[in-house]
Formats: sequence, structure tokens, C-alpha cells
Amino acid sequence: MNKNKLHKISTLVDELPPSGIRAFFDLVLGMDDVISLGVGEPDFVTPWHICEAAVFALEKGYTSYTSNRGLKSLLEQIAIFIKKERNIIYNPENEILVTVGVSEAMDLVMRAILDSGDEVIVPEPCYVSYIPTVKLAGGNPVILETWELPGFKVTAESIEKLITPKTRAVVLNYPSNPTGASYTKKELESIAEVIKRNDVLLISDEIYDHLSYDIPHIAMPTLPEMKERTVYLNGFSKGHAMTGFRIGYACGPEKIISAMTKIHQYTMLCAPIVSQMAAIEALKNGMPEVKKMAREYNRRRRLLVAGLNDCGLKCHLPEGAFYAFASVESTGMTGMEFATKLLQQEKVAVVPGEAFGSGGGKFIRLAYAASLSDIEEAVRRIKRFVKK
Amino acid sequence: MDDILEILIQDARKSPAEIAEMTGKSEKEVADAIADYEKKGTILKYRAVLNPEHIAETDGAVRAWIEVSITPQRGAGFDSIAERIYKFSEVKNCYLLSGGFDLLLLVEGHSLQEVAGFVSQKLSTLENVTATSTHFMLKVYKENGDVFQNTEKSERLAISL
Ligand SMILES: Cc1ncc(COP(=O)(O)O)c(C=O)c1O
Repeated sequence: MNKNKLHKISTLVDELPPSGIRAFFDLVLGMDDVISLGVGEPDFVTPWHICEAAVFALEKGYTSYTSNRGLKSLLEQIAIFIKKERNIIYNPENEILVTVGVSEAMDLVMRAILDSGDEVIVPEPCYVSYIPTVKLAGGNPVILETWELPGFKVTAESIEKLITPKTRAVVLNYPSNPTGASYTKKELESIAEVIKRNDVLLISDEIYDHLSYDIPHIAMPTLPEMKERTVYLNGFSKGHAMTGFRIGYACGPEKIISAMTKIHQYTMLCAPIVSQMAAIEALKNGMPEVKKMAREYNRRRRLLVAGLNDCGLKCHLPEGAFYAFASVESTGMTGMEFATKLLQQEKVAVVPGEAFGSGGGKFIRLAYAASLSDIEEAVRRIKRFVKK
Repeated sequence: MDDILEILIQDARKSPAEIAEMTGKSEKEVADAIADYEKKGTILKYRAVLNPEHIAETDGAVRAWIEVSITPQRGAGFDSIAERIYKFSEVKNCYLLSGGFDLLLLVEGHSLQEVAGFVSQKLSTLENVTATSTHFMLKVYKENGDVFQNTEKSERLAISL
């Protein structure tokens, strides 16, 4: 038996990262009693009324497949919710698809629209799945570096410079993981202008939209002529603290949603019905809890960012999500060195910036999805660590 | 609710400086707002939240909910009789309710006998009290939004992207 041949992995997959960051992760996961500001999910448990709806669904015997697109009542509630909250109008019959999180939705869009060699512009730093999903779909990610741009924000000019005849789409995520950056209406309008002028698609990951603290969140599809050029992704993981339910949705032009549904039908069949039932409850009655959690994050945000700047770790006030993206340049260490030593010496976990793009060497990401007391203690320890 | 109040409800020991940091206000603004709330009586007092079970263990404290039926008095309705009842230091909470009885009391004592004695000698002998029904508290699960039991440690990974 030739194991090399038998267990050979496709070149495409073989060349995808996890890279150096994996070792750091293993180090964190192997340690006890760590104060963690390293998470990418809410520290809140899903509000009970939503869990209770899931329990009730099970008791009622909701254990089957649903239609590929998702339960009719869920599709309708999504349409009602985004109309009410964001003033986006989508037809639940053919412009919305329920997915297994934004993660699946992102994968589906890329596979639905890309031919081999097509280019997708992806800003860095960014959420870790964007580049691999483009590659897995046969596309070429083109990196838009925002490391040195004010507030890590994508600008119209920075997009335009990278557009080629092969560009199919631009990915935008706001509020952003990992930087927390978000955009004013004016900034979004100028980005929309480039999208329109160049006839490319915008893939807008707005999963943190309810965690916007300083700028009222404007959804891309609500800008003039943008609805037909945007695939709008959102979900329940962040705002509603439902990461483990694995549920989200994609909205967009009928033709694209229908192509995404085709792939979803063969590869996923449907999102889990219990999660769909829970999502209906979240949409109908979840906003008061979402707003309460957002108020709580907002206080932690100010506390953490003030603490970091106090330590000499330069950090702008993030406008949304639950991350602070700080520079450790003043310490003379790289983000990876800083994170590793901080973990070993003070038992505080943060994520090295290089996890979010190769230009992230001098940054760390700190999540304020942690209790106030944990954040206060973490800041004390970081202060002590930096002084050494 | 105002951010400052929401923070103090969760932790009354947060200093104006800390609250200022969390809300983006100046320390003086926060201190002034708190002084104002205290003056207006919006903030009545600050106190510690104790776990009643620990107190029961150390002091042998006993608590009971008591339903009280009363005959309202001419002119004063329920208020004057309620006052006669809530002035007893054993009465920690006192509410007027709609429904099958009138007043609901939370009564605290050092022993079963003490609470029973309060009911039989002080409460039910009051002129306008027509009936009482006493329910001794066996276990506190949640009080004023605080859950009194050890919650399980979450399975959340210490690091994720
Ligand atoms: C920007 C961004 N998009 C998508 C996701 C994944 O979301 P979901 O749980 O809906 O798959 C995350 C999770 O960390 C994220 O940060």
C-alpha cells in the first residue's frame, strides 16, 4: 500500500493555511485558568426565550428536513425583520436563503459566482474564512491592504486600484472582525460608486450590524442601485449570541440566490430545523436582548480601549463588533511574540494579528466579549506585562 | 435606563472614574449625575447582595411569604393597616396585591418558632386582619435577577477566530 498516494490531499487544500497560528492556538487550548480575550463569539449564553423555543420545537417533534431554502415562516420573518430593522426589502420566495451560518453563505456565494481564475478583492485584515473560500471556489483572492489606512477602513480609491477585467466581486465586512471598523453613509456611498462604475458584485458580510456603537448601521443593499449588485449576508451568531445554533442567511438577486440554493441543496440539504425554529423566535422577540447585550459590549469596549492606550498599546476606538485591534509596536515585540509571552507569563489569551492577514505582524486582536471583571483583570495583567 | 444607573445596579462599587471610562463621559459629569440621583431619591441606598442560603447556614435565618387578608378601613383604605404591619422590623417586604388576598409580606426571623410567633401573636391579632396564610421558603433559585446556584462552566473555547 502506498500511503502517500492513498492519503494524498488535493494541492489546493494542502496549500491552505492554518500555518503558524495553529501552534499558538494549541498552546492556548492546552492551558488552564486563562483569562481569554481571544474569542470570536459572545460570552453571553443565547437568551433563554430562544433556547426555550428550540426545546419546544424538539418536544413538538420538529426533527425533519425542511425545504432547501428554509422554513417558509422563517423566510417570511427574515423579510419582515430586515425591512423593519434595516429598511431592506427582499422577497422571501426567491431572494432569501437560510444557511448554516454566514460561513456557509460565504462559501456558497463564491462557488455560485466564480469561474476558475476570477478575482475577488478581499480587504485585509479580515475574517479568516474569506480567502480560503475564494480559493476553494477556484477564484483568485486579491488582497486589499488596509493596515495603514485610517481606522483600517477600505476606501473607494483603494478598491479601484485593484480592479481588473477579471474582478468579479469585492468583499466588505462591517462592523469588522478583527478591527471593529464600520462606515458612515457617506463612506459607503463612495464605495458603492466604485462598485457601480466597474460593474462588480459586492458581497457584504454585515453579521455584526446590531453591534454598532457610534455610527448608525446602514445596510449596503439600501443604497441606490446597490440591491441588484449586492449579496447581503447576515445571521444570528453575534447579535443574538447564537453561534452554536449554526444559522444565518443570504439575500440577493434572484439568479444568484437560486444558484446558491442549488449548491446548498446538494451539499447541505437544509439548515437544522431546530435552529430554524429558534431563529424565528429570535427574529420575532429578540431585539430587546440584543440591545441589552450591545449596551453591555459598548461599556466594555470603552474600558478595554482606554486600558490598552494607557498601556501604550495604540488602539483606535472600534465602531462596532466586539474586538479591539491594537498595535504592540511600542513594546518592540511582534504580535505573535507578545501574545505568546503574555499567555505564558500572565495567562491572558489574545490573538496575534497575523491570523487576519500577512501584514498583521505588529497587531493583536482582543475581544471584549468577556465579563467586565475579566477585562479589568486582563488590563491589569497587560499593564504589568508591558512594564517589565 | 440611564447608562450610569444600569452600571450601578450591577455593581454599586464602580467609581465615577471607572463609570466615566465605560460611558465616555467625564468623571465630573458622572459624579454630578450620581449626586443628583441621590438627591432626588432615585438612588435610595447602596448595599451588598448576600446569598440567603449562606446567611441561613450561619445565622439560622428563616424566611416566609405571608398572604394577609384585611378589611380596609374607612377613609384610609388599605394604607393605614399596611403601615401598621410593615413597621414591624420582621417584615422585609410588603405589597398590596389584587386577587384572593390583600397584602403579601416577606417576613424574616431567626427560627421557625420566631416567624410562627410573629404571625400568631402580632399579625393575626391585629383588628383588621381577617386571615393569614404562611409559606416558609425552602430554597432560593433566583432573587432580583441574581441566580443563586453555581452555574456550569461554559464550553466556550478560550480562543477562536
Ligand atoms: C466577519 C464574520 N463573518 C462570519 C462569521 C461566521 O459566522 P457564522 O457563525 O454565521 O457562520 C464570523 C465569525 O466569527 C465573522 O467574524
